[in-house]
Amino acid sequence: MMSHRYTVAALGLVLGGALILAALNQLTPVGSPLHVPAYVVALVGKYLCFAMLALAVDLVWGFGGILPLGHAAFFALGGYAMGMYLMRQIGTRGVYGNPMLPDFMVFLGWKSLPWYWTGFEWFPFAMLMVVLVPAALAAIFGWLAFRSRVGGVYLSIMTQALTYALLLAFFRNDMGFGGNNGLTDFKDIIGFSIQSDGTRSALLVVSALLLCGQLLVARFVVGSRFGKILVAVRDTESRTRFLGYRPESYKLVVWVLSAVMAGIGGALYVPQVGIINPGEFSPANSIEAVIWVAVGGRGTLIGAILGALLVNFGKTWFTSALPEFWLFALGALFIGVTLLLPHGVMGLFRGRAAKPAPAAVAKGATA
Amino acid sequence: MTEADTLLYLEGVTVSFDGFRALNALSLVLEEGEMRAVIGPNGAGKTTMMDVITGKTRPDQGKVIYQAGTDLTKLDEPAIAAMGIGRKFQKPTVFEPLSVWDNLLLALAGDRRPKFSLWARETANERARIEHILETVRLTEQRQRRAGDLSHGQKQWLEIGMLLAQEPRLLLVDEPVAGMTDAETEQTAELLRDINRTRAVVVVEHDMAFVRALGVKVTVLHEGSVLAEGSIDRVSEDPKVIEVYLGR
Repeated sequence: MMSHRYTVAALGLVLGGALILAALNQLTPVGSPLHVPAYVVALVGKYLCFAMLALAVDLVWGFGGILPLGHAAFFALGGYAMGMYLMRQIGTRGVYGNPMLPDFMVFLGWKSLPWYWTGFEWFPFAMLMVVLVPAALAAIFGWLAFRSRVGGVYLSIMTQALTYALLLAFFRNDMGFGGNNGLTDFKDIIGFSIQSDGTRSALLVVSALLLCGQLLVARFVVGSRFGKILVAVRDTESRTRFLGYRPESYKLVVWVLSAVMAGIGGALYVPQVGIINPGEFSPANSIEAVIWVAVGGRGTLIGAILGALLVNFGKTWFTSALPEFWLFALGALFIGVTLLLPHGVMGLFRGRAAKPAPAAVAKGATA
Repeated sequence: MTEADTLLYLEGVTVSFDGFRALNALSLVLEEGEMRAVIGPNGAGKTTMMDVITGKTRPDQGKVIYQAGTDLTKLDEPAIAAMGIGRKFQKPTVFEPLSVWDNLLLALAGDRRPKFSLWARETANERARIEHILETVRLTEQRQRRAGDLSHGQKQWLEIGMLLAQEPRLLLVDEPVAGMTDAETEQTAELLRDINRTRAVVVVEHDMAFVRALGVKVTVLHEGSVLAEGSIDRVSEDPKVIEVYLGR
C-alpha cells in the first residue's frame, strides 16, 4: 500500500532527522562547521511538539469531521502538568529558597501548597496527569456535546469558548498556576539540567519518538474498522444511526484520544521552551494548528506533521526577517492553500498515493 | 386483530410540527412477513411515518409497538436498528468514500461498539456473507469501487444490500425506484419480492406501475391518516382516493 510507504518515509525522516541533529550537537565541537547549536535543537524539538498537536487536530478534523478551534487547550493542559512537575523540581533553588512552595506562591503570601499540586513532585504521577487531565476534560466536554448532537460550526465555537475560558481562568493568580507569568525558571528534569545541550538533544529525540508513536497509533485507528465507521459518521452521521451505530461514542473515543495526543505534545513542549503561560490557551494558537493541517493536507495524518513543520519553519524565518507581516503572511498562506492546493501539500503527491481519506478535503469548507 | 399477532402496530399516532399535523391519529397494522405498499400524495405523512417507526421523530400521541411488546417511542435510532428494523432512504445514502465491500462490511449485523471495531478483523464468515449479498444485489463486479463512483441505480442496490446485511426483520423502503430506468425498476421489484420471502417489507412509492407490479396490500395515506386500504385495484377504484389523486 502506498500510504504505508509514506508512513514509513515520514517515520524515518522524523526519527532520522532528530537523531542526526542530536548527534551533530553532541559529537562535534562547538567551533566545527558541522556543529548544530543547542537553540536549533530546541527549536526543532518545539516544532515536533507542534506536529503532535497538528496530528491530533487532523485525527478529529480529517477523519471525525469535527473542526476543533480550541485544541491548544489540551496541549496547554499537558504543558501545565509538566510545568508543575518542573516547578517542584526547583526546590530551594528558587529566588525565595522555599523547599515546598514555588516562587509565585511565596510572592502571593501563600502558606501551603494547594491540594491539586500534591504528587506533582513525582515524575510518574505528573506524566499520568499529562494524559489524564486532557483526557478527562475532553471526555466531559465530548460526552455533553456529542450526546446532545451538537455539531458543525456550533461545536467549533464551543471548543473555542472552552479554550478562551481556560485562558481567562489561568490568568487569575488565585488559580494557583502562576497567573499571567505562568510557570518558568525550571532547573532540571528527572535529575538532568534542563539547560544542558545533552538534555536538549535527548528531549528532541524523545519528541521524535513520541511523534512517531502517535503517527503509528493514528494510522492504526484510521486503518481499522473503527476508522471506516468514523469516516462514515463524518460524512453521513444519521445513516450510521439507522445502521445501529452510536456516532457519539465513536466521536468521543477519537476526541479523547486526540486530546491525549495534544497533551503529550504540550508536555514535551514545556521543557524545551522553558516556560508555560496562559497565552498557550489563546484561541489564535488553536486556529494556527488548524492552518498547519490545512496546509499539509487534511485527512492524511502525514500532511499534518508536514504542515506543522513547514509553517513553523516559515514562521521562524518570517518573524525574524519581517516580524510585523507574519500574521498577514499566515492569512495569505491559508487563503492561497485553500484556493490553489485544496488537498494541501500532500495533494501534490496524490494520484500516486493511496487516498487514505478521500472526500475529506471536499468537505473541508463546510465542516 | 390484537397487538399480540402483529409485527408492527401503530395506533392513533399524531405528530405536529409547529401546528401542522404531519400525522393525524394514524393507525396501521403489519403482520409478520408481510409486504405492504404505502402510497399517498406529497405531504401525506409517508416519510414522517418512517421517521416515527425508526425513532427519528417522537410522536406527540399514540402507540408504536414492535413485536407485540416493544414500545418504539421509548427508543432511539441505534436501539431500534438493533431490534431489527432497517431503513432505506429516498435519496440513496451510502458511505461514498468507502468501497462497496466496506459499505457492506459496516452494515453487517454484529457488534457496534467502538472497542470492538478498533480490533475487529474480517472473518471468513463475514466475507462469505458479503459475497452472498454482492451476488443478490448484482454488485459483485463493483466490490472494490468507491461507493461514490457508482451509478444512481447501483447506489440504490448497494443500500438495499446494506439493509440485507443488517439482517432486519422489518425493512422500510422509501421510494426505491425513484430515478431508475424501467429495467432497473423491474429488477428492484423482483429483488424486493425476494427479500420479502424472509422478512417483512414496507415500501413507500409514488410509481403506481411499480406498486401494481409488487401486487401487495396497499395503504393510502392522506393528510396524515389512512384514507383507504386493500388491493391496488380496490383502492384505485375508491372515489375518495380518486379525488385525492385527481382532484388537485
